[in-house]
Amino acid sequence: MLGLGDFWVFAVYVLCILSAAACVIYGVLKWNSDGQEDNSEQRQWAEEEIKIEKSL
Amino acid sequence: MTIFLVVLYLLVIATLGYLGYRKTHGASDYLLAGRDIHPYVMALSYGATFISTSAIIGFGGAAGIFGMGILWLTFLNIFVGIFIAFIFFGKRTRLMGYHLDSHTFPEFLSRRFQSPFIQKFAGIIIFLFMPLYAGVVLIGAAKYIEQQFVIDYTTALFFFAFIIAIYVIMGGLKGVMYTDAFQGTVMFIGMAVLIVYTYYTLGGITEAHSSLTAMSPPASFVAKGHTGWTSMPALGSDFWWVLVSTIVMGVGIGVLAQPQLVVRFMTVKSNRELNRAVLIGGIFILLMTGVAFVSGSLSNVFFSKNVNNIEFCQITGSIAETCPGSKVVEVTKDNIRNLRKNHSGISVGDSIDIHKDVPHKITTDGSIAIVAAGGKVANIIPQYIKQSMPKWFAVLFMLTLLAAAMSTLSSQFHAMGTAIGRDFYEQIEKGKDYSEERSVFISKLGIGLTILISVLLAYLLPKVYVKGEAIIARGTAIFFGLCAGSFLPAYIGGLYFKKITRAAAVAGMVGGFATSAFWLLFVHATESSVIGLSQLIFGKPFLFGKPWIIVDPMFIALPVSIFLTIAVSFFTRKPSDDHIKKCFQDI
Repeated sequence: MLGLGDFWVFAVYVLCILSAAACVIYGVLKWNSDGQEDNSEQRQWAEEEIKIEKSL
Repeated sequence: MTIFLVVLYLLVIATLGYLGYRKTHGASDYLLAGRDIHPYVMALSYGATFISTSAIIGFGGAAGIFGMGILWLTFLNIFVGIFIAFIFFGKRTRLMGYHLDSHTFPEFLSRRFQSPFIQKFAGIIIFLFMPLYAGVVLIGAAKYIEQQFVIDYTTALFFFAFIIAIYVIMGGLKGVMYTDAFQGTVMFIGMAVLIVYTYYTLGGITEAHSSLTAMSPPASFVAKGHTGWTSMPALGSDFWWVLVSTIVMGVGIGVLAQPQLVVRFMTVKSNRELNRAVLIGGIFILLMTGVAFVSGSLSNVFFSKNVNNIEFCQITGSIAETCPGSKVVEVTKDNIRNLRKNHSGISVGDSIDIHKDVPHKITTDGSIAIVAAGGKVANIIPQYIKQSMPKWFAVLFMLTLLAAAMSTLSSQFHAMGTAIGRDFYEQIEKGKDYSEERSVFISKLGIGLTILISVLLAYLLPKVYVKGEAIIARGTAIFFGLCAGSFLPAYIGGLYFKKITRAAAVAGMVGGFATSAFWLLFVHATESSVIGLSQLIFGKPFLFGKPWIIVDPMFIALPVSIFLTIAVSFFTRKPSDDHIKKCFQDI
């Protein structure tokens, strides 16, 4: 058990690494998904923001 | 070399803060960075805000006492604080925040439940209690600067707070996020080197762990349930309650309802950025708390082999208690420097009891981390770095700590400023003479005010709190617990449950807050005996006996708040369909 003295500590040591790995796998698999950022209303909102910024 | 690197580092921060300032336009930009932030910047900013000197110095030091069981907190930090927070909370918060046009966490809750009271109430909680968290982070940073540069604690504190004040006030959140991301990168490198070096010097992963497993904890630890540094404390013992209820659960769950972290979800333009941020965030947190906790635990092996003849008194719980007997000495020009190591705030001419709060009994061969650190939890990691690592690393690590403290503090001040400016003042002034410029001005004024309060707390707490620097981990846990008890049920309810009513959200928040406050003031021994209100009213430092006095307030407040939020929803008026439709649009 990697020299650790207790199952629960060994388990959490492994879980920490696995959960970080899960974050990496999730990030890689979903790298390009959910990208449709804006509906028309949001796009309009963003365009207005840019206009205001330019006018400033 | 040290000075050069620190100056270079501060110059980079100043430049990034200035760039943020140049790009900031209008209240929307100042508060939320214009919702157009790169995922790397967003993830590292979130991570750097999440992790402070409190996590590395305070909880890393606690690992030197509790051992590697504290890694359950790292697991929760990654799984709850990143995975669940980003995927299940972040995405909904982002969309709902947009539809409700919310710029702060209290505003988000308030608009979700259509209750102006919630915004003011949450704003006041943040304004009143976050300075405690900011204060302990300041203590951690200032203490480290004090040790490294051998300067007065007060000078270190004011110098550090001054730098933070300038770039937070000038840059708004955009400045904060860019500087945070740079600081996150520095932290990344510093902690990666630390773990490689630690395992390397102790003979490899298994060898290092085996050496720690072979060590026997002192009798005073065993009496409180310590079973070794690579095993969990005995179930139900004092050590178990502190580790599980306060450190692991209190902080691990409390992170979900941290106002300065939730606001970050509203800064990205699509869920894709959040997905990508999960990748970076998971590794970042593993490298931060995972490394701090493993190194803190393994420092016991290092000290057991390398430190002799350390003065040691009696270790109970996490810090040294007052030694029996007393020895009063006069502070002179010659001895003040040595005495300051254990007694802050003294000056020439004072008479002090050098046995008070200071370990003084001689041990023989070898030592454990807390003993080597003079009985102070917060000194474990700095002492370990100082004694075990090469000098160049001590400098790198100092930058890592500065980065950790600055990034957390800047976001805290930002959250506190907007809490008083936008969430409280603006709500009171509504309908009267109001303008966007004034809102930004009041927020900046709020930031200035909270910086002053936090600095004052960082100045006073080490003097008031007799048990010294254990206050860093405590202060953090108090604030995280308070946020979980007050905000978490309403936040989750708001994101996932359409039938939670306005009255239920208010009842849950007020009930959770009141329970936390009651528990801190009258039951939880660590705080109630220091605050003294229970003693004043009831003539005893706390009202109940064990195990209640060591059960963390969040353990009680969160169930109370959940119960109230659910129960009151059954009897009160449901929100309108139109409002629910607006909140849950695109979700």
